[in-house]
Amino acid sequence: MLTGMIAIGGIGLVASILLGIASKVFYVQVDPVVQAVTEALPGANCGACGFAGCSSCAKAIAKGKASPDACLAGGAEAAVAVAQILGVEIEVREPDTARVGCWYPPEEADVRFVYDGVRDCRAAMLLFSGSKLCPIGCMGLGTCVSVCPFDAITIGERGLPEVNKNLCTGCGTCVATCPKAIIQLTSQTRRSQHLYRVDECTAPCQRTCPAGIDIPGYISHIKEGDYRAAITLIKETNPLPLTCGRVCPHPCEEQCRLGRVSDPVNINHLKRFAADYEMGSGVRITPYVAPHTGKKVAIIGGGPAGLTCAYFLARYGHAPTIFEAMPQLGGMLRYGIPEYRLPKAILDWEIEGIIGMGVEVKTGVSLGADLTIGSLQEEGFDAVFLGTGAWDSRGLGVAGEELEGVLPGTRFLIDRGLGKETPVGEKVAIIGGGNTALDAARTCWRLGAKEVTVIYRRSRKEMPANDIEIEEAEKEGVIFHYLAAPTKLMGENGRLTQLEYIVMELGEPDESGRRRPVPKPGTETVIPVDNVIAAIGQFPVTGFLKDNGVALSRWNTIEVVDEKTGATNLEGVFAGGDAVSGASIAVEAIGAGRRAARSINLYLRGEEVSVPDEAIGKDTDLLDPEEIVRVPESARARMPELTVDDRRLSFKEVELGLTEEMARGEAERCLRCGLLCYRREGR
Amino acid sequence: MGEFLLLMVSAILVNNILLLRFLGNCPFLGVSRKMDTATGMGLAVIFVMTLAGMITWLVYRYLLVPLSLEYLRTIAFILVIATLVQFVEMVIQKAAPPLYEALGIYLPLITTNCAVLGVAIINVDERYDLITAIFFSFASACGFALALVLMAGLRERFALVAIPKAFEGTAIGLVTAGLIALAFSGFAGLV
Ligand SMILES: Cc1cc2nc3c(=O)[nH]c(=O)nc-3n(C[C@H](O)[C@H](O)[C@H](O)COP(=O)(O)OP(=O)(O)OC[C@H]3O[C@@H](n4cnc5c(N)ncnc54)[C@H](O)[C@@H]3O)c2cc1C
Repeated sequence: MLTGMIAIGGIGLVASILLGIASKVFYVQVDPVVQAVTEALPGANCGACGFAGCSSCAKAIAKGKASPDACLAGGAEAAVAVAQILGVEIEVREPDTARVGCWYPPEEADVRFVYDGVRDCRAAMLLFSGSKLCPIGCMGLGTCVSVCPFDAITIGERGLPEVNKNLCTGCGTCVATCPKAIIQLTSQTRRSQHLYRVDECTAPCQRTCPAGIDIPGYISHIKEGDYRAAITLIKETNPLPLTCGRVCPHPCEEQCRLGRVSDPVNINHLKRFAADYEMGSGVRITPYVAPHTGKKVAIIGGGPAGLTCAYFLARYGHAPTIFEAMPQLGGMLRYGIPEYRLPKAILDWEIEGIIGMGVEVKTGVSLGADLTIGSLQEEGFDAVFLGTGAWDSRGLGVAGEELEGVLPGTRFLIDRGLGKETPVGEKVAIIGGGNTALDAARTCWRLGAKEVTVIYRRSRKEMPANDIEIEEAEKEGVIFHYLAAPTKLMGENGRLTQLEYIVMELGEPDESGRRRPVPKPGTETVIPVDNVIAAIGQFPVTGFLKDNGVALSRWNTIEVVDEKTGATNLEGVFAGGDAVSGASIAVEAIGAGRRAARSINLYLRGEEVSVPDEAIGKDTDLLDPEEIVRVPESARARMPELTVDDRRLSFKEVELGLTEEMARGEAERCLRCGLLCYRREGR
Repeated sequence: MGEFLLLMVSAILVNNILLLRFLGNCPFLGVSRKMDTATGMGLAVIFVMTLAGMITWLVYRYLLVPLSLEYLRTIAFILVIATLVQFVEMVIQKAAPPLYEALGIYLPLITTNCAVLGVAIINVDERYDLITAIFFSFASACGFALALVLMAGLRERFALVAIPKAFEGTAIGLVTAGLIALAFSGFAGLV
C-alpha cells in the first residue's frame, strides 16, 4: 500500500518537475495584450465572430484585424472591456445587417442544370460552379441558413434566403460561408459609400446612373406603396431627388431593358414622385448620422457636387462647411436652370434638408478672393473638397460681339437667378445647342419675345441638350436652325440689329466622335435680331485653382488622380463635379460628390483612399441577356404638363408630377432586372 | 520481419482499435466532420500514441513490476499519458506554431482519449517486448488515423446526398461508423 502511494506520488512528482522544466524551456511569449483580451472575452467559443474560437478572435482583435466589438456573445460589456485593454474608444457605428443580393430563385432564373441531392451551396459550387447561368446568383440551398448562429436566416417562400433584421447581429458568418458573395453586410452608411462591383447583381439602369441609385429597389418600394422607404433608399446615394427628378436627362432610362421591347420605365419621374411625396408629407426622412468625429471639411462651392459631398460627410459624422461665392446655395441648379423647370421653392426645401444634417454654410465667400487652401488648412480644416463648377463662358469669336444686345448665355440666366430684370427684344437668336441655349430660349419666350431662334451648328441628333427640352421648346414655338453658325453681328449706333449666319455641313468625325461641321461657302444669310445670346459652352474658372497649386488637365479642368476617388495632386484636397468633368449634368456632379465624400471619410479615418479592383467603371463589360423574351409591351406613364398657353409669360413649373395611381402603375412595369434575370411572363 | 508485418495488418485492419475494439469513439465522431481536421487529429494521435506506448511500457517494466505494483497500472498510465500530452502540446507550441493553431483544441482531447490508454494496456497484457510494443502502438495509431480519415471523407460527402431529416448529423454518423466497422470485421481471420 505504502509503496503504491509512494510510487504514484513519485510518478506525479517526476511528471510535474518535468512539466515545470518543459514549461520553462518551451516557454512561448504570449502577447500580454492577447492574454488580457482573451480573458475579457466570455470564452464561449461560439464562433459567431467568425473566428475559430475565442483565442483566435482575441488574437485578431489584438492585431487590429478585428474590431474591439467583434465578440457578439459578449456584447457591449465585452467590447468596453476590450476597448479599455487596447486603450481605444469604442466607435459607435450603425449596426450592420446581412442583405441578400439576389432576386431570382433558381426556379425563376436561367439554370444550366438541376442538381439532384446537393444540399450545400459550397458543395454545389465545387460541382461545375453552381447550377445557375448567372455566375453570382443564389442557388437557394440554404447553407447560410444552417450556419447562422442566431437563426436569423430562413429560406423564404420564393426559395431565396430571407434575413430577419431583428435577429441578425451582423456577425458575418453567412457572408464568410456563402461561396458566391450573395449575402453582404450592409447598413445605410455602407451602402452610401458603396461602389458597385463586378461580382454583385446590379440592374443596367442602376449601374448606369452616375449617382448609382438603387433604381429597381426604390421602384419596388413605390410598387408596394412604401414611398418613404423609396425616398430613404434614393437618399442613400442621392440627396437631391426633388431636383434630379425634375431636371435629370436620365441616362438610366436609355439602358432600361424594357426599352428594348417597349418604352422604358419612366424612372426619373418615379423618383420625382417619391421625392414630392416626402416634401408633400412635410416630414423629412432622417437617415442615420454617425457620432461626431470632430473633423472639419471645407467644401468650396455649393452646387450639387458640394451639397452632396457635404451631406454625406455630415452623415459620416464629420463637420462640413460650405463656402459659396454666390449669395445662395445651389450652383447652376439655382443660377442656371430656370424656375419653370425647377422652382426655387422646391430647391430651397431640398437644400434646407441637406443643411439640416449638420452642414455649416458661408455664402458670399470665394476661394481665391477671400480664402486659399492654405488658409483653410490653417483654420483647422482637415480636408478640402473643390466643387466649383464650370462658370466661365466663351465668346462667339465673330465680329460685332461688343454690340449692345449681345449676352453670354450663362450671364443671362445667372442674372435671372439673382432676380435681376432681364428684358429681351422681340427677336432673339440663341447660339448653341446645350441646356443653357435651350433654357435661355425658353426663358426669352416666357419673357415675351415673339420670335426665338436657336442656331446650332450640327443637326438635332447631335444636340447635347436634354431631349425633353428640345421637344418642349418646339412646342413653345422656338424656331430651330440646325447646321448653321453665326459669322457676323451687325448693328446701328452700337446696338445690335442683324445677324449673319452660314450653313454648315457635317464632315469627318472629330475626337469627340461627333462629325465636325464645316461651312458651305456662299450660303450666308442675314436675319434681323434684337438680342443674341451666346451659349456655346461653359468652362471651369481656373485662375484661383492655379494660384492654389491644383493640377489642371489639358482641358483646363481639375485633374484628379482617379475619377472614382476624386483625389487631386494635393494631399487632403478632393474635387468633383463640373470643375473636374467640364460642363456636364447634375447627377454626374452628385455621383462625384458622393464618391469624394467616401474618399474624404477614408482619408479622415486614416485609411487608404483607394477603390476596390472589382469596382465597376464606366466601360466595364458585364453580362447581359442577348434578347428580352416574354415581356409584353406596355405604355409608359406620360408626365402631365401645363398647356402651352398657360406657359406664356409665366414661369410656373411646366411638369406637374405623376399622380399616385400613375406612379404605382408605372412601377408595376419595372422588370426588376438583375445581371441576367428579369421579370418574365409565365414564370 | 514477417511477424511485424502481421502485427501491422492485425493492428490496422483486423483489430482496428476504433472500429473493432471500439476505443476512442469520442474523437471519431467529434473530429471527423472535416478532412483537414481529421488528418491533423490522426497525425497527432500517431505521434502521441507511439510515444505513450513506449513510455508506459518503460514505466510498467521498470517501475511497477519491480515494485509489484502492477495493479496500479491504470492510474499510473493515465498520469503518464496526461503529462506526455501536456509536454507535447508545449513542444509543438514552441516548435511549430501553425501546427499548434491547427491542433489547438484537439491535443487536450487526446489526454482523455481511451484509445491511447487502451493501447498501453494491451501492450502490457500481450506481454510485448519494447520494440514490439512501440511498433504495435504505432500501427494501432495508424489504424485510428485511417478510420478517422475514412470517416471524414464519407461525412464530407453527406453534404451532397439527400439524407432523411431524422438521420441528419450524428445519427447518420453512427450508422456509417457501424457500417465501416462491419466492413472491417470482414478482415477477421486474415491473420
Ligand atoms: C443653364 C443650365 C441648364 C442645365 N440644365 C441641366 C439639366 O437639365 N439637367 C442636368 O442634369 N444638368 C443640367 N445642367 C448642368 C448642371 O447644372 C451642372 O452639371 C451641375 O450644376 C454641376 O454641379 P457642380 O456642383 O459641379 O457645379 P455648379 O452647380 O456650377 O456649382 C459650383 C458652385 O461653386 C461656386 N463657386 C465657384 N467658384 C467658387 C469659388 N472660387 N469659391 C467659392 N465658390 C465658388 C459657384 O458659385 C457655384 O455655386 C445645366 C446647366 C446649366 C448652366
